[in-house]
Amino acid sequence: MTTQEELTKQEALTKTEGEEIYGLMAEFDSPSAIVAAARRTYADGYRRINAYSPFPIEELSEAIGYHRDYVALCTLICGLLGAVGGFSLQYWTSAIAYPLNVGGRPLLSIPAFVPVTFECTILLAAFGAFLGNLIMNRLPQPYHPVFNVPSFARASQDRFFLCVKSDDPKFNEAETRAFLASLGAEEVSYVEK
Amino acid sequence: MAERSMAEVNQKREVYVDPRPPVVGPGQNFGSITRTVADIVLMRGFKKGWIFGFGIVFLGSLMMFNTIAYLVLKGVGIWGNNIPVGWAFDIINFVWWIGIGHAGTLISAILLLLRQSWRNSINRFAEAMTLFAVACAGMFPALHTGRPWMDYYLFPLPNTMSMWPNFRSPLMWDVFAVTTYATVSALFWFMGLIPDFATLRDTARKKWQRIVFGMLAMGWRGDARHWHRYETAYLLLAGLSTPLVLSVHTIVSFDFSTGIVPGWHATIFPPYFVAGAVYAGFAMVLTLAIPVRKFYGLEDFITMRHIRNCCKVMLATGLIVAYGYMMEAFFAWYSGNTYELFMMKNRMFGPYGYMYWLLILCNVAVPSLLWWKKMRDNLAAIFIISMFINVGMWLERFVIIVMSLNRDFNPAAWRMYYPTIFDFSMFFGTVGFFLTLMFLFIRFVPMIPIFEMKTLLPEGKVDEKKVEELEREHGRGPIGSTPLPQFGD
Repeated sequence: MTTQEELTKQEALTKTEGEEIYGLMAEFDSPSAIVAAARRTYADGYRRINAYSPFPIEELSEAIGYHRDYVALCTLICGLLGAVGGFSLQYWTSAIAYPLNVGGRPLLSIPAFVPVTFECTILLAAFGAFLGNLIMNRLPQPYHPVFNVPSFARASQDRFFLCVKSDDPKFNEAETRAFLASLGAEEVSYVEK
Repeated sequence: MAERSMAEVNQKREVYVDPRPPVVGPGQNFGSITRTVADIVLMRGFKKGWIFGFGIVFLGSLMMFNTIAYLVLKGVGIWGNNIPVGWAFDIINFVWWIGIGHAGTLISAILLLLRQSWRNSINRFAEAMTLFAVACAGMFPALHTGRPWMDYYLFPLPNTMSMWPNFRSPLMWDVFAVTTYATVSALFWFMGLIPDFATLRDTARKKWQRIVFGMLAMGWRGDARHWHRYETAYLLLAGLSTPLVLSVHTIVSFDFSTGIVPGWHATIFPPYFVAGAVYAGFAMVLTLAIPVRKFYGLEDFITMRHIRNCCKVMLATGLIVAYGYMMEAFFAWYSGNTYELFMMKNRMFGPYGYMYWLLILCNVAVPSLLWWKKMRDNLAAIFIISMFINVGMWLERFVIIVMSLNRDFNPAAWRMYYPTIFDFSMFFGTVGFFLTLMFLFIRFVPMIPIFEMKTLLPEGKVDEKKVEELEREHGRGPIGSTPLPQFGD
């Protein structure tokens, strides 16, 4: 471990104050460890923090102060659009644009229009959920600074990361690094921009 | 790491012992799950067995493509369809394939909503099965139109003749139901794959693999906020797929039940068709999963518990289907309608009568063996029983479709239906095509959801007690003892 510490010190020395970094990344080895660390970091007053895990951890997003997403709202709006759109399409085509008498049924045959209206609702709502999720997550995003951390490849496998961004008002390279190290991080690394 | 988590497991066991076997085999951890599943995709070269199997099923695909080419060249006359049997293999196979697809959605969506965590290892596999089955299903009506290059007429597209499709027809509902189903299934499947593509991107050794999987993962990085939205979206998609899957086979059954043909015009059709679909689908899941888990050594992920659960679902849906057969006979008798009564008599004792009794054998008699626990533990027996069900469900559609059409109201119009070689080459061709896609899927896409399996491990769960302990250890007292500084201080 001494070599690691030496390396860290060296890095800390080589980084000058003005050099732009994205933030500091602490690595943890279990879901419980990162949730504990995230809660402490939040309690310590850091706000511009983010966590990375190989699988969803409900407690983790709450620990970093994220409680509400708008995917459901987006899905609802798209679903309603689908319902209105699907029904209007059938009404307009069957009663206005191309009125066709099928067995003397009324042109506005509501019961017969239910299945297609339903399918359109589901189709658009599903796109709402899928695209809403992607757009709000700003994906696809080919480049992101966190990928500069070499060990970050394990964020999709078996490691858990906590990142404090440099634009956090409380961010101070040396202090934040010491703080993250005190949380039992396996390793704290710089995230280059 | 592994030792510690095992200690945790043992500690938990003292408090509560789950009598059921675990859904993940013992001794698995984050690393071993990633390796086992990712290695199948990232390995160099191909297994001999894979190449052999792929070669055979690819021949089936070629047969299908050749049949389609010949069909387009000559027209639907190469099939055995006639008047009055205008609907035959094309619709039988369409309904059969769509039904098979339904188990995939049931496993991935309905079991997710019911919090059946055992589904996590077979859902990806079952979803792929859904997609490929729907692809096969879609081909039949599209080709049955006779001029498949005019199929865009099925969709409400503005055209110079100012004509629009008839939305009062169940066939039009079918177009919307099946295309929506295919699209939503694809979205659901791809959505589940995104985090796993990210895992493959990060574990791949070759550059081209990293590029391909990197593009598919779209820059996924496991951000906690992203996971939050992802989980919401995934759950919503499951919630949307659930009524969707029920609607699809309901609408498929409307193709029949809105017609006044004897044997079709019954209110039991929607639930009976949906149950039949799930029944056939689970049979297909087992038909595929039993050899695959053996071949790739996935016994720790697709455990006997999964297989037993699938058997129980088959048993339950099989009973609903048997009830449907009973009710069909009852309706015919209770209606007092000459034509309905004749249809039932013709079905049981007419020229195709043996098909009906084969159906009862395949779908009611043989699957009853699953009542015995010994049978539910015997992989060979389960495999054979699911084969019977696959055949039985195909026979069911034959019985419903051909037997009602070949002898309807007017005896002067009666005619026997005999399939031609092209009916069979098309049908077995799609089986080959389906299996070809399955082979490619198994080799090139992680067939078991890596990230979802990790959440099933004891070490994948957040232990609140331990979190508190750690917080106390690292922090200066419990949270809340110091006033929180405001953002921007």
